[in-house]
Amino acid sequence: MTAISSNSNTEDVIVIENLNKWYGNFHVLRDINLRVKKGERIVICGPSGSGKSTMIRCINRLEEFQEGSLVVDGVEMIEDVKNIETIRKDVGMVFQHFNLFPHLTILENLTLGPIWVQKKPKAEAEEIAMKYLERVKIPDQANKYPGQLSGGQQQRVAIARSLCMNPNIMLFDEPTSALDPEMIKEVLDVMIELAQEGMTMLCVTHEMGFAKKVADRVIFMDGGEIVEENEPEAFFSNPQVDRTQQFLEQILNH
Amino acid sequence: MFNEKTIEEVKSANRKASSDATSTAFYNNPRIRGLFYQVALVAGLLYFFVTVIGNTLDNMEATGIKTGFAFLDAAAGYDVLMSLISFESTDTYARIFVVGFLNTILVSVIGIFFATLFGFIFGVAYFSHNWLIRKLAVVYVEIFRNIPLLLQVFFWYFAVLSSLPSARQSLSLGEAVFLNVRGLYFPKLVGGDLAWVVWTVLALAIGGVFYLRRWAKKRQEITGEQFPVLKASLALIIFAPLMAAALTGFPFTVDYPALKGFNYFGGVTVIPELMALSIALSVYTGAFIAEAVRAGIQSIPRGQTEAARSLGLRENKIMSLIIVPQAMRVIVPLLNSEYQSLVKNSTLAAAIGYPDLFNVFVGTALNQTGQAIETIFMTIIVYFIVNMVISFLMNRFNSAVSLVSR
Repeated sequence: MTAISSNSNTEDVIVIENLNKWYGNFHVLRDINLRVKKGERIVICGPSGSGKSTMIRCINRLEEFQEGSLVVDGVEMIEDVKNIETIRKDVGMVFQHFNLFPHLTILENLTLGPIWVQKKPKAEAEEIAMKYLERVKIPDQANKYPGQLSGGQQQRVAIARSLCMNPNIMLFDEPTSALDPEMIKEVLDVMIELAQEGMTMLCVTHEMGFAKKVADRVIFMDGGEIVEENEPEAFFSNPQVDRTQQFLEQILNH
Repeated sequence: MFNEKTIEEVKSANRKASSDATSTAFYNNPRIRGLFYQVALVAGLLYFFVTVIGNTLDNMEATGIKTGFAFLDAAAGYDVLMSLISFESTDTYARIFVVGFLNTILVSVIGIFFATLFGFIFGVAYFSHNWLIRKLAVVYVEIFRNIPLLLQVFFWYFAVLSSLPSARQSLSLGEAVFLNVRGLYFPKLVGGDLAWVVWTVLALAIGGVFYLRRWAKKRQEITGEQFPVLKASLALIIFAPLMAAALTGFPFTVDYPALKGFNYFGGVTVIPELMALSIALSVYTGAFIAEAVRAGIQSIPRGQTEAARSLGLRENKIMSLIIVPQAMRVIVPLLNSEYQSLVKNSTLAAAIGYPDLFNVFVGTALNQTGQAIETIFMTIIVYFIVNMVISFLMNRFNSAVSLVSR
């Protein structure tokens, strides 16, 4: 484990410095600099292809990057299996398409990590799983399979599955984009509750209501770079950059 | 309320209309039409079979062949190249039927074993990070999938095995295993008085593996600790019988093949016909199984791996807990048909003279007795039953790995 660089504050749980990533010749992430404090809630928005998903996927090494540095909870992301494992145990992730394991029951989806990664006894893992299923309000679905649940329920299970690993940081990659409108609220409610409990959250979403309600900071990305970042109030009422203004006009006035 | 009422009204009106049979002609009734086609089809089929069988019976009568299975008790009067049970030319056709059946089963089992092995190795190799291994898998599949199987059987038999040296110039491995143009020879373990102890220990060790797995699973459920089941099982199966053999003073003698005159005798002999057919069947079917395995693994969305990674699972656990269980539901039905094809393709034995059921029974026995209906019918039944058994087992396996949804 490598200590974090000297100029960073110990409160910062994520430190991204001059991060660059290419897909072949395509420059997807350009000089990303981002610091996230413990307990901070950050909403990332931007047009599709702007690199916002790619950026948060770098944080738990679902994507590699070529230049720059990334430190998560004091562990530097380098080509080292141990470091990558340590970071992944610390960071939970929720995907647009839920990505539940269809061959396992809801309960087994939730206990998989605790049993095989944290090496917990089955009974204890199931106890934890039921606790989180109750928190996302679907304990009665424990023995069903993912295919038997609605989209909203599946996404709540996916959130519970991440929480079972007791992460310090949660990443949300467009968690409501694949949901029917009437199911968005039930997922956002769970996320709001989580935010209020002080979880460090990075959330790629276009739910501007959610951003206004819980975000400490809103980040606007375009063309692989962070174009603007501000507190939600200022971000929405007084965007500084043209591209942000255009984007907000498009998503707010329709 | 208003809506419901009108719907009810419409429904009851419809019901009245459809029960009013006089309003439609009987030949427009789908049930009667269906029935008519069924009856017509059955009648047509009956006519076909009655004609074919009647014709054959007439022909047999004309050439003086009696129908019935009495011929099975007659002496066959010819020898077979290879037999798993004792056989002499004075034995009956019934016995030759069994000999052929066992030879078919032998080549099918060998073929299925190695085809599965090759298939899984090359199917997984397709996803290797190593460029050479990946390309090797592609080349293997493309070559062996695209060449006719009969040609491959000939290739192995005439081009490869026939160009091996003669017995005196045999290729040998440690003076124990010999390979020459007449076959592959390797030593055989002959058990002494106390050999049963070793075999019993081996059987117990295999049983012990199942117990070990259950114990390891239980222990993990209770304490959360994982146990290296695979390594422990291998150690148990290898070392327990070795220990037993050592304690009983190695109650085995080894029967080495030895050169006497122009050929090797003793040990176990694998004739080139069996080798060529086994290699051709396993390599050919293996290429198709490799494609099935590749399809199975590729059918799993990337998101599954990503979700498992984000939980912190290691790559080997992701493979065994997430990818393989899901890929199996795609692979197993494909495996089923590949296994069935392999059994059916084993009849190509006739082309190089391997004495499988088709060759010795529909080939020689039919030729000698002229009992076409009986021999062909018996052979059809055997292949049918063997493939039904494969299907049954694979379907059981499939329902064990299939997915519940909705």
